[in-house]
Amino acid sequence: MKTNSVIEKVLEQGGFVVTSECGPPRGADPEVVRRKGELLRGVVDGVNVTDNQTSVVRMSSLSACAILKGMGLEPILQMVCRDRNRIALQSDLLGAAALGINNVLCLSGDHQKFGDHPQGKNVYDIDSVQLIQTVARLRDEGKFLGGDEVKGRPMLFVGAAANPFADPFEIRAARLGKKVKAGCEFIQTQCIYNVERFTRWMEMVCERGLHERCGILAGVTPFKTAGMANYMKKNVPGMDVPDDMIARMKGVAKEKQAEEGIKICVETIERLREIPGVRGIHIMAIEWEEKVAEIVKAAGLLPRPEIQ
Amino acid sequence: MIVGNRKDFSEILEKLGAARRVLLLGCNECVTVCGVGGEREVGVLASELRLYWTKEGETFEVREHTLERQCDYEYIDQIRGFADDYDVILSMACGAGVQYVAEAYKTKLVLPAVNTTFLGVTIEQGMWSERCQGCGACILDMTGGICPIARCAKSLLNGPCGGSSEGKCEIDKETDCAWQLIVDRLKESGQMERYEEILPVKDWRTGRDGGPRRRVREDLKL
Repeated sequence: MKTNSVIEKVLEQGGFVVTSECGPPRGADPEVVRRKGELLRGVVDGVNVTDNQTSVVRMSSLSACAILKGMGLEPILQMVCRDRNRIALQSDLLGAAALGINNVLCLSGDHQKFGDHPQGKNVYDIDSVQLIQTVARLRDEGKFLGGDEVKGRPMLFVGAAANPFADPFEIRAARLGKKVKAGCEFIQTQCIYNVERFTRWMEMVCERGLHERCGILAGVTPFKTAGMANYMKKNVPGMDVPDDMIARMKGVAKEKQAEEGIKICVETIERLREIPGVRGIHIMAIEWEEKVAEIVKAAGLLPRPEIQ
Repeated sequence: MIVGNRKDFSEILEKLGAARRVLLLGCNECVTVCGVGGEREVGVLASELRLYWTKEGETFEVREHTLERQCDYEYIDQIRGFADDYDVILSMACGAGVQYVAEAYKTKLVLPAVNTTFLGVTIEQGMWSERCQGCGACILDMTGGICPIARCAKSLLNGPCGGSSEGKCEIDKETDCAWQLIVDRLKESGQMERYEEILPVKDWRTGRDGGPRRRVREDLKL
């Protein structure tokens, strides 16, 4: 055991991990974070806190993590390379550990073009693979990127994302391999709708033995409406939504679509659990945190293990 | 070469303000090749200005002059004899040229007529594309001859990101994903094992981040 991370402990015990996420508000009200956090209490093992997702300015991930930590939840600090250079990133990693945060998720980040400040400059001093290396170096070697010694190592469990549906498909497992080689210990994937394609990706991952060196949590997002399913297929880069799933959503009356979306999500989780190498589920219920408990319960994943 | 776009006529007029005696200064180098600031474009802009001011009933003088280069003092010095006859020098060179002219003529107002955009190549007649950001530490041997710093929207050294779709970048469907190009090239040239190597954190000191750059070659000095 390297850290105090609940995720690490559940994985070590051979358990099936359940995580979800909490998007911080577009304002300074801590109650929004507390409300969302409360919905996830006892339902998941860890809560991702997004870092200005889709490049829209929000309360900082670190602050929202601190609020959740204060409530006794287990936050996962998402960190993108878009907005901070190596000085700021390392500084925030130390700060996160000092606040008792145990997990970090290293990401490239969406391009600022998609957000509310497309005029801004991006940083990308380092990339997500190098950010993983940075965390591992701070923690395991006690060294900053610049070479100086860290006094008080940040004991963070290191995660990253993987998109099995982006192109080129043939290097997607190799890219995960690079992340694992860099020191990544858990992976949360892009939302999975095309289970067949995900299964093929998992086979490539298992062929490389990556599932043994890194806990793979399969990502899911419930559809609220048929329109949302359609939007995700057409407008979200690297998202694979099969036509029959959209047809299924369209096939039910509008007021029943949310229910159908939850049903599809639960069924998907059940299928994902059967795939060799999958060690957990990451539920991204976008601005729909109140449904996470229902999904976890319906998928038969309650109660969550008690971790001391 | 350095590629640029000419500024809109309205912006040029606004920058000129009340100035009516204009020395319009072209450059025979990169901006000529990318059709933005050579002798021909100097002629076009001069005509536009003359036409506009004639219509407005203004008194004016526009002199057209194109230098071999605006990035070498010996050429810039060639306008010494008549530069003072004009209110402004409107330079159609890249940003380097504009600045060097301004350095040489300290009392003159020197204005840019061009937005300098990138270091690139000619794709076809009338189309150019960015290739280099002058980072000062070339890694093209590692990336199949395709630069991820200049050509990936996130300058990822270990790409592609999750936004790569059907060979295109997430920012728009017209932009190739640099990492798709790199992977294709590595595959074609039998170097896929290179993809497995993690490119280390880059030392940006050789680039703009190390401060304005200067290069001295003692062997070439006179």
